[in-house]
Amino acid sequence: MSGHTDMVLVDKKGMRIDGRKTDEHRPVHIEAGVLSNADGSAYLEIGKNKVLAAVYGPRECHPRHLQDPTKAIIQCKYNMQAFSVSDRKRPGPDRRSIEISKIIAEALEKVVLTELYPRASIDVYIEILQANAGTRCAGLTAASVALADAGIPMRDIVPAIAAGKADGHVLLDLNKEEDNFGQADVPLAIVPSTDEIVLLQMDGNMTRKEFDKAMDMAFSACHEVYEIQKAALKERYAIAKGDEDNE
Amino acid sequence: MEKRSARNAREVVVPGDLLDDSGMNAGSNAYVHNGKVYAGILGVKNVYHDTVGVIPLGGRYMPTTGDTVIGVIEDIGPSNWLVNINAPYPAPLHVNEVPWKVEFGDTSKYLNVGNVVMLKILMVDESKKIQVTMKDSGLRRIEGGQMVEMSHSKVSRVIGKSGSMIQMIKNLTDCRIFVGQNGRIWIDGDDENASVAVEAIKIIEKEAQSSNLTERVENFIKNRLPQKDNDREEY
Repeated sequence: MSGHTDMVLVDKKGMRIDGRKTDEHRPVHIEAGVLSNADGSAYLEIGKNKVLAAVYGPRECHPRHLQDPTKAIIQCKYNMQAFSVSDRKRPGPDRRSIEISKIIAEALEKVVLTELYPRASIDVYIEILQANAGTRCAGLTAASVALADAGIPMRDIVPAIAAGKADGHVLLDLNKEEDNFGQADVPLAIVPSTDEIVLLQMDGNMTRKEFDKAMDMAFSACHEVYEIQKAALKERYAIAKGDEDNE
Repeated sequence: MEKRSARNAREVVVPGDLLDDSGMNAGSNAYVHNGKVYAGILGVKNVYHDTVGVIPLGGRYMPTTGDTVIGVIEDIGPSNWLVNINAPYPAPLHVNEVPWKVEFGDTSKYLNVGNVVMLKILMVDESKKIQVTMKDSGLRRIEGGQMVEMSHSKVSRVIGKSGSMIQMIKNLTDCRIFVGQNGRIWIDGDDENASVAVEAIKIIEKEAQSSNLTERVENFIKNRLPQKDNDREEY
């Protein structure tokens, strides 16, 4: 968003530096249930981003003063590994990761049926192993798969994806170069069954028209990511054909 | 346990999947939005008469009144013990709910941290406060043997249709087995027999979704414990 470059981010044919069209997202790969010690987990790759999410709980909430007698709370920790970016990231929570933890927890709170577990806490840990722009969306996408994998009652699974503007073009799912040298970045997360928005931020500047176009792109891409999330969960719990129960 | 219909296709659903839009009622783990029924948890779709629900595939054990569970003592108070029953909340066991006469402050003479007990869930209120009791036939402190943990959703497969699976394992391995509703299973018997019983339960856990499981587990045990147990059975 800040720097300037002579790089042509979108060529005359509308092709981007990684060979995508303007409304194309990076390839997404999701695997559910990758960690045996967590109650639920997911591993996600979107382009060069690599994210691991783990869910514990519902379990007793510590510290006690955070307990809510009417519902469960969701505690989220988004953490970037020191080796996740090209310059070593100083480990530990910083202003950015605290913000992202908070917005992801709030997005997940909208879909998890927290009132079923009063006084409990559901802990979500998101580790960014490799970052290439769009990690908050990748983290949220992975976290919601991990929550479903943990068998936590929820209304829906949350997919998230960013749209933005670079080189004067509205683009879907910015990569690192487009994010660094672009004009705007708009991450979006929705509840697919109702098309409610649970996360929307904007960094940079766009006209209203460009914003509407970015939202349209991000909405349809979210529905595509949603299908991938569902497929990952169903693959994990696939039941061999022709099986019947003899309980 | 909820009664289930004769099932034809077992369909795995994820949260947010549409279960029905023809006006059926929402069963367990399902919710209604705009007159349509959606899945509220990852599990298997379950249709029973005019109700459609989801049987969970995993998740945390949630105690219900009347369950028998295996708990581990976690903390001791002057008039109660706190028991870990694998639920999101610890279960207090009051001195009035144990089969012994306990003086105030003498709780640690009877049960100590780390002891394992069989319990029955007395009550769960709407704020999910749990009360448990040991005052019921067969409930006691467990000594010896070993404890196996598995997902509580697979306990019904370990028990089998009207107890067929567990009865078969007990008969063939000559072990004492107690299955807690919370997914903890206690097994006591000869070294070799007990380890075969543990392996049999691991097989059930791994292949809980497949059919003819009782038969396969039976063959497995007979293979592992060939002569002596079959001899004993013929007496």
